[in-house]
Amino acid sequence: MESLKAISSALFDSLRDLLPILVVIGFFQLVVLQQPIPNFGEIAIGFALVVIGLTLFVQGLNMGLFPIGECMAYAFATKGNVFWLLCFAFALGFGTTIAEPALIAVAREAASVAAEGGMIAHTAESLKSYAQGLRYTVAISVGIAIMIGVFRIVMGWPIQYLIVVGYTGVVIMTVFAPAEIIGIAYDSGGVTTSTITVPLVTALGVGLASSIKGRNPMVDGFGLIAFASLTPMIFVMGYGMLV
Amino acid sequence: MLPIALIIFGFQYLILRKPIPNLKKILTGFLLVILGLGFFLEGLQAALFPLGKLMAFQLTDPHFITGEEAYRELQWWDYYWVYLFAFAISFSTAIAEPSLLAVAIKANKVSAGAISVWGLRIAVAIGAASGTALGAYRIVTGTPLYWYIIAGYIFVLIQTMFAPRMIIALAYDSGGVTTSTVTVPLVAALGLGLATTVPGRNPLLDGFGMIALTCLFPIVSVLAFAQLSEWKAGRANKNST
Repeated sequence: MESLKAISSALFDSLRDLLPILVVIGFFQLVVLQQPIPNFGEIAIGFALVVIGLTLFVQGLNMGLFPIGECMAYAFATKGNVFWLLCFAFALGFGTTIAEPALIAVAREAASVAAEGGMIAHTAESLKSYAQGLRYTVAISVGIAIMIGVFRIVMGWPIQYLIVVGYTGVVIMTVFAPAEIIGIAYDSGGVTTSTITVPLVTALGVGLASSIKGRNPMVDGFGLIAFASLTPMIFVMGYGMLV
Repeated sequence: MLPIALIIFGFQYLILRKPIPNLKKILTGFLLVILGLGFFLEGLQAALFPLGKLMAFQLTDPHFITGEEAYRELQWWDYYWVYLFAFAISFSTAIAEPSLLAVAIKANKVSAGAISVWGLRIAVAIGAASGTALGAYRIVTGTPLYWYIIAGYIFVLIQTMFAPRMIIALAYDSGGVTTSTVTVPLVAALGLGLATTVPGRNPLLDGFGMIALTCLFPIVSVLAFAQLSEWKAGRANKNST
């Protein structure tokens, strides 16, 4: 009985989280566009799947992703080996980004923009290699970002100094980068941080900041995602200049 | 997911050489996350994305905007439904975003309840919504994206100087966190729809940039909310003493 109650309250929470989307889509479809909702049955089933999926995800988050991220952070902190910690940070950033579906989609679009702008030849092969190069560029930049972010937590530097440097980098690159690449570069920052990366990386940062002496998890633990959405902008503009 | 699992277990067993406590529970958690995300994406693709994308194109269609009237030159304010849709859809998808929920849960725990889960989510959602609406306005007017980005950066840096130190890192994180699974496809479709239908815009060049603004504005709104609550608390303190 207790567990049934817990499940239904978790489902209710997910439903509440998703309700605003339903209201917005329903309002615009029925009132503004004045059209009926197409394939009502299919949409209802899809929505039920979304609710169940979000519920399972949140459960798994608390059972799996958060504990493992923190557990590894503690283990690295007690071992005190910064080199391996940085390797781990890079691998985590690179590995979670390279397979990210949103990034694959953006890279493909970017390749067609580059072909349109005459930067590369309009053949399937050059499009593919451009898109792949871009994906590796972004994945490396996210790996470096998480690495720098972790190093910052270890050293306890205030995050705003590094962000100022990053922003300056973006602005400088904007001046020199070809106009076609700028929009894609700016967008690629937001696209890279996926739903699995965020909880893992957040748990890692908070875990590190709480197990290293003199660090405050609130002040120092967050900020890894911020770097991961900043460096791809710089690297993608760099890629646009080189290729 | 597989590369992530490889990295985690590889480092855990080869470098750290420590058994994982509660291995069974953690593996169950991983399984739940994979299953949950699978259902979530499947459902989104069946229900929300097709309809949302269709609506983005319909709302940006000049025929819808001029209504019964004969064709006329459209001004930027004729697109008011588009701005409203951009704001509303971005707000609601930010609330539904699982990554944001994850960070909000964590921030709530770390701050010992000082940052409420819903407070952070609503602050971020307001920022994301404003960013998307501004992105729609930018595509309609055709002004260069980097003006907005650079102005936004300068604003964030000024805010950082006055914001409470505790919130800064979390605020910077909230930008990248918002633009994830649910938000990106719908917001990108809106940008593409606008860039295709607004005369004089090239979808390949002008369709981008919505995500970037949706990513930047939550930083501003979270810093602003923190400043506001600090100011309120300060005033309450003054009154009570």
